[in-house]
Amino acid sequence: MQMPSPDARIMARKAQVVQRLTEALGERGVIHDPSETRAYECDALTAYRCPPLCVVLPSTTEEVSAALRICHEENVPVVPRGSGTSLAGGALPTADSVILGVSRMNRVLETDTMDRIIRVQTGRTNLSVTGAVEELGFFYAPDPSSQLACAIAGNIAMNSGGAHCLKYGVTTNNLLGVTMVQMDGTVVEIGGAHMDAGGLDLLGVICGSEGQLGVVTEATLRILPKPEGALPVLMGYDSAEAAGACVADIIKAGVLPVAIEYMDRPCIRACEAFAKAGYPDCEALLIVEVEGSADEINHQLETILKIARDHDPVEIRAAQDGDEAARIWLGRKSAFGAMGQINDYMCLDGTIPVSALPEVLKRIGELSDQYGLGVANVFHAGDGNMHPLILFDANKEGDLEKCEEMGADILRLCVEVGGCLTGEHGVGVEKRDLMTVQFEPEDLEAQMKVKDVFDPKWLLNPAKVFPLAASEGRRA
Amino acid sequence: MIRPGSEAELAEALRDATGPLSVRGGGTRGPLPDGTPLSTAALSGITLHDPAALTLVAQAGTPVEEIDAALAKANQRLAFEPMDHRALLGTTGAPTIGGVVAANVSGPRRMQVGAARDHLLGLRFVDGEGTVVKNGGRVMKNVTGYDLARLVAGSRGALGVITEVALKVLPGTETAASLVIRGLDDATAVRAMSEALGTPFEVSGAAHDPQAQGGARTVLRIEGFAPSVEYRCRALAERLASHGAWEVEADREAVRADWRGIRDVAPFHGTAGDVWRVSVRPSQAADLVARAGAEQVLYDWGGGLIWLRCAEGDDLRERLGRYDGHATLVRAAPETHAKLHTLQPEPLAVQALTRGLRETFDPRGILAA
Repeated sequence: MQMPSPDARIMARKAQVVQRLTEALGERGVIHDPSETRAYECDALTAYRCPPLCVVLPSTTEEVSAALRICHEENVPVVPRGSGTSLAGGALPTADSVILGVSRMNRVLETDTMDRIIRVQTGRTNLSVTGAVEELGFFYAPDPSSQLACAIAGNIAMNSGGAHCLKYGVTTNNLLGVTMVQMDGTVVEIGGAHMDAGGLDLLGVICGSEGQLGVVTEATLRILPKPEGALPVLMGYDSAEAAGACVADIIKAGVLPVAIEYMDRPCIRACEAFAKAGYPDCEALLIVEVEGSADEINHQLETILKIARDHDPVEIRAAQDGDEAARIWLGRKSAFGAMGQINDYMCLDGTIPVSALPEVLKRIGELSDQYGLGVANVFHAGDGNMHPLILFDANKEGDLEKCEEMGADILRLCVEVGGCLTGEHGVGVEKRDLMTVQFEPEDLEAQMKVKDVFDPKWLLNPAKVFPLAASEGRRA
Repeated sequence: MIRPGSEAELAEALRDATGPLSVRGGGTRGPLPDGTPLSTAALSGITLHDPAALTLVAQAGTPVEEIDAALAKANQRLAFEPMDHRALLGTTGAPTIGGVVAANVSGPRRMQVGAARDHLLGLRFVDGEGTVVKNGGRVMKNVTGYDLARLVAGSRGALGVITEVALKVLPGTETAASLVIRGLDDATAVRAMSEALGTPFEVSGAAHDPQAQGGARTVLRIEGFAPSVEYRCRALAERLASHGAWEVEADREAVRADWRGIRDVAPFHGTAGDVWRVSVRPSQAADLVARAGAEQVLYDWGGGLIWLRCAEGDDLRERLGRYDGHATLVRAAPETHAKLHTLQPEPLAVQALTRGLRETFDPRGILAA
């Protein structure tokens, strides 16, 4: 993976840039000592690191605007950063860039349960948005696995999803309005506490633009009433085909569970060892969650369990109480951590049409044999968002490169069967060079033309999303 | 009338155009811009329906009716229940799926399940220079590159002509029932609807008709499996008992017809006057209506959407002043559309971005939407 070479002219002006930023934000708002900027050298894609020129940590929209205006005048690239949990390198800096972190902006600005909205500063973490409305009987629906740490700013940049989006949608479906600062410092209000745009749906294209169109400082989010109850069911199968067919039949039957999660044997074993969730040792495990009152849950379960039994399961177990439900979810939610304890891994994020599941799993198995690298599969089966974890040894020469090659092959496979490169993690730098697999040059050109409008100098997070060769003429 | 029979022909027509085009699907949602008429009607047909993946792909000119029928066979539906504008506007023709997406047309269920744009998985369009662009795909979760699909959805053809859309579809529901109460004033009705939408009972419609026959009528819709609908109706009526006694309308066909009427603003059919559609923060809705001076009003989306019928040529936006939302002129004489503008004027910074995007995708200004 290549990053553009840093601009020596900018690096030579570091003192001047730092001084101007310090005048605007105060000593407390600017980090420039190399021993401290190192903390911002990477995000959760830790294979790639590079300390930035400096870091600014504004406390208000006005300070964000001031900092961006200065960088715009100085022609310094800016890399926006939420909590730095991106798995795609969305917040990876270059040596000539300023990191703009929104972590100090984490206040709740307004909560209104009658209009069912919350307005927050975007440095606030995903889980603490729910935390702010939980006692009122509400929650914020998108629930990425990193929800304890990840910031709303990053959720908006990457259009984050989660396990429950089969029913509740992803960030873009739960975002009503933003305050955004453009690269030249212009503050723009888009949307609000009402629904749908009066003109062009700018909010729709800002969400998921990976911090390339502006820095979102405040967001109005939809909050939803908490369901009366929820109950997960475990289903174990002896083949991926049987589990895949079961998922398809549940969806076709007209039942819409809030979540359908899938794990394969390597993942089941690791999670079981880690979380003691009581998972059966089998080829494929499904966790299906339904919501409602006790009677409603039972009624839906009846349908689901009947379908599940038709596919010859090795085990079916509905949680009997809250503790058991929590244990079932703990296993799944700790999947990445559990795998991390036993191996280095690379986590992929392609999405496929649900109907292609058995074929794709079979071909991932073949790639695994071909490359001699193990794969554990854990994913959101209801919406086809796969998370194959490719296992490798970071200390072994060439293993990372081999793993990246195999990952690229799996993502090509996802596109080939009608899917896409990334379902919820974003392109960042990780999948940047694969964009041509999914898009024609005209498709990428149309996207880059949008950035031309929002950020004509291409200073915001410029080396992401688009292959460097494609964006070369546009970047400074 | 230009009627391209393929995406390639459409692209050629756009490249060859020398002046403004008036692009339409079924032409049912007026007002149509001036220019050489171009219809997408010949780009028709469902290209893919994968029930297990909850996915449908169709060419832009496919009639909505054809899609509804195909989905019904698999007990599925477009959950955002797009409105049919024909009776309100006095138009004829067959509404198309491309038109639905281009105008982001939704119905009462929008507040629970999202708008047309929320069910859009991807699309293909031809921009003002005749370049074919693909965005999104046909899978439920996709963050690969910028979301141009949502930008184009609701753009009313200003950025390009849609040729194909991929939509998320959802299971149909076994049954539906309504809770009805009479005589609430507007502010109380909006409060009651907000309370209902704040319960876990998954209210999928919340409307208020202050001038209904037999007195102001507030109605809540519950959908799902029969025992669940029965339970939620009972629980919800208890929760909202402070507003009075709620009656249950359980006849499935009657409920369906009632909500189709709300979706299509049936109380305004056959009336004279301009029709405005206001998207607003629900808690501001009743105040807004109080200063609108409208002849007729219908609240949908729990108060988040207000339909207003006003005297011809009346500048509603001026009366409303400042609030969180926007007003669209839906039915009026062409002069009124020209004088008052169809869409709410936007703040300068937003205008600049909108103008920039339009000039980028349509540098010759032939998409006169």
